[in-house]
Amino acid sequence: MSNAEKMTEPNPAQSPGAGAAGARRRITIDPITRLEGHGKIEVFLDEQGNVERAYFQVPELRGFEKFAEGRPAEDMPQITSRICGVCPTAHHMAATKALDGLYRVTPPPAALKIRELFYSTFMTEDHALHFYFLGGPDFIVGPQAPAAERNVLGVIARVGVEVGQKVIAMRRRLRELMALVGGKAAHPVLGLPGGVAKRLTAEDQKQFQQVAQDAVDFARFTLETFKNVVLKNSLYVELIRSEMFTHRTYYLGMVDANQRVNFYDGSLRVVTPEGQEYAKFRPQQYLEYLAEHVEPWSYIKFAYLKPLGWQGFADGRESSVYCVAPLARLNAADGMATPLAQEAYEKFFATLGGKPVHHTLANHWARVIELLYAAERMQQLAADPEIIDPNVRTLPTAAPREGVGVVEAPRGTLIHHYQTDEKGIIQKANLIVATQNNAARIAMSVEKAARGLITGGNVSEGVLNMVEMAFRAYDPCHGCATHSLPGSMPLLLRVHDRAGSVVATLRRDFDGKIQRT
Amino acid sequence: MSEPAKPKVAFYWCASCGGCEEAVVDLAEKVLDVVAAVDIVFWPVALDFKRQDVEAMPDGAILAAFVNGAIRTTEQEEMAHLLRKKSKVLVAFGACAQLGGIPGLANLSSREGIFQTVYSESPSTANTQGTLPETLYKDNGHSLSLPEFFDTVCSLDQVVDVDYYVPGCPPTPKILLQAVETLLSGKLPPKGTVLAPDHALCDECPRKDTRPEKLTLTAFKRASEVVLDQEKCLLAQGVVCLGPATRAGCEALCPRGNMPCTGCFGPSSRVRDFGAKALSAVASIIESNDEAEIERIANTIPDPVGTFYRYSLPASLLRRKKARPVRRAA
Repeated sequence: MSNAEKMTEPNPAQSPGAGAAGARRRITIDPITRLEGHGKIEVFLDEQGNVERAYFQVPELRGFEKFAEGRPAEDMPQITSRICGVCPTAHHMAATKALDGLYRVTPPPAALKIRELFYSTFMTEDHALHFYFLGGPDFIVGPQAPAAERNVLGVIARVGVEVGQKVIAMRRRLRELMALVGGKAAHPVLGLPGGVAKRLTAEDQKQFQQVAQDAVDFARFTLETFKNVVLKNSLYVELIRSEMFTHRTYYLGMVDANQRVNFYDGSLRVVTPEGQEYAKFRPQQYLEYLAEHVEPWSYIKFAYLKPLGWQGFADGRESSVYCVAPLARLNAADGMATPLAQEAYEKFFATLGGKPVHHTLANHWARVIELLYAAERMQQLAADPEIIDPNVRTLPTAAPREGVGVVEAPRGTLIHHYQTDEKGIIQKANLIVATQNNAARIAMSVEKAARGLITGGNVSEGVLNMVEMAFRAYDPCHGCATHSLPGSMPLLLRVHDRAGSVVATLRRDFDGKIQRT
Repeated sequence: MSEPAKPKVAFYWCASCGGCEEAVVDLAEKVLDVVAAVDIVFWPVALDFKRQDVEAMPDGAILAAFVNGAIRTTEQEEMAHLLRKKSKVLVAFGACAQLGGIPGLANLSSREGIFQTVYSESPSTANTQGTLPETLYKDNGHSLSLPEFFDTVCSLDQVVDVDYYVPGCPPTPKILLQAVETLLSGKLPPKGTVLAPDHALCDECPRKDTRPEKLTLTAFKRASEVVLDQEKCLLAQGVVCLGPATRAGCEALCPRGNMPCTGCFGPSSRVRDFGAKALSAVASIIESNDEAEIERIANTIPDPVGTFYRYSLPASLLRRKKARPVRRAA
């Protein structure tokens, strides 16, 4: 089909008119504004009104890999942070680690500790914010609560204004510390090959110790809140365990030498849907294990396990789909490296029936456990006397060639890979971001929620929230927690017949009311 | 209604990273003051108002629309026109809207070049079929559409008329608050004003007293090659710091992080082309009158375009080989 022919087709999402009964239909959900940029869902129904196919589309591409070419490698931490203004620290750090590899240089101990302290501060801030502002409302306020209350304001109403203020103040203090070390909290500047730009003073260290202590208390309080609100409610536990939100895929996450979760450094470990180790590899080997599939209907690429080949959007051992982010990290590891988080980790698997846990909504719980780990790790590093050592740079001496840097971003494994000329000018850059790793499973989750909910042509208002919840557990790397201050995911849902005519429109307004027109 | 209506404000994002939205959240406790003073009628990232809600408003109903991000798709262009029509004041918020920003570096390449790198040459991409995303595609009879990309990234004022600019990547909470206060005060500055101090960053840099009276260099160093002193003028240490050419307002955040200014606040009011100004500021400290020697020194800066035009390529006087997209009426 030529382009010209394609362009003459009517745009189904905009065609008015009434549809015929018994015809195949299309449902468009567009826009979903909690994604960074835009996300779109297309659901196609068969003649019986059941879901034939659902598509999760990402209509976004900026081409960082291309315009990285020609830039000095040392500019990558600052340039690639602009991929995402909410998790810039993850890109900044993956790029910085790629520079270490590029120049084959090992940073001094204090520099490595400052990097990890900075990173743990970021993870604490990001996870806390996600829990209270984005993911938490579904549980703290309730999945069946009126949408108008299912937001951070509802959370505050439920847990108290002083807690709301505590969340805002905690985030501000963490961001202030990030600016102290990184210059800017958004788009920091500390990363250089072989270390960091700025050393930590004894005074800085004292500040970190104070905030870290408060962060641990805050994380414990958050976990307690989760237990009281969610785990003591059998309906919520049932929802978490429901088949609607379950996918049996592989899981990928970074682990330390003792197979425990690590955000900053380690090996990449993959476990099977049954929980056995499938592979464990160094970040530099990622091309042997991971590959990306292109679909013509989305700008995002779909990552899969390379040795298994692309087997489509499917569950199970034969499928090559894998999953990243908090749940995947807990599944892929043997435990947590800090005591309170380890305790919570054990309780998590004991409650949900052992490893691995396949319930997508369990990501919310896993995230709180990681929040506790990040805060505890922050505390450990802030207490380390070596962290204020003034030697924070090892100057590169080797000629640059190629470097791979991997971190665990809040929402999953993030890979930066650069090749340069002998002057350290980028010739090729390759990036696999968290959401690409999860893209296939997100698409499957959306389809499964749609299938579970839409039968016999019945498109109920409930579709909106169920689809929303299928998303929300992963959402953030696009949708980035802080984007979503008040408000629930706004949705517009159009039902089309086969000819592309609109037969019904459902709209959820800001006040949470559903309107049918 | 006894209570007078609060002024209406809209936020929207185009080709951006979300960092400008973070700037709003970074107001922390002060965000509540902003919410108390204005009525936010459109903010897709946070609130459930739709494009159709904006379309239904009378023209000029919004006091101020803050638009961040560059323009690179038809949809973004349409939204820019819509918000222009509905707003008394349109503010280009952040470096991408003001100057094109880092995503504007894509103008060094083409849409085809980006597609080839991302979907074909990427070493992790398995795509022997040469599949590319298509704006309209039929999958087993299911027709699916994606928005169309321009070949060229534009700044906001290359697409619509802009009243004010808030600089920065991202703007700082302080700059944002001041901009909102200025707009609410009713005493509007002249059109085209950049709502930030109009002097060079060096003036507010904590290192300014260490800058030599007459600063000259015989070579530039890269930040990767040198351990930088945490107190001294960065330019005097030989790294390219764009403080002399860059508008103040951020309070020298990057130099406080012991790294040079990269120019995200853009130029002062007296400068048309930021990169040219930055280049001349840096060139003026090269100590030589010998052409070959000058060239040698200049060549120690490995990526002039990416260094001097990092945030401002789309807004620069440098033209691309290809024409800009055709402007559309609202």
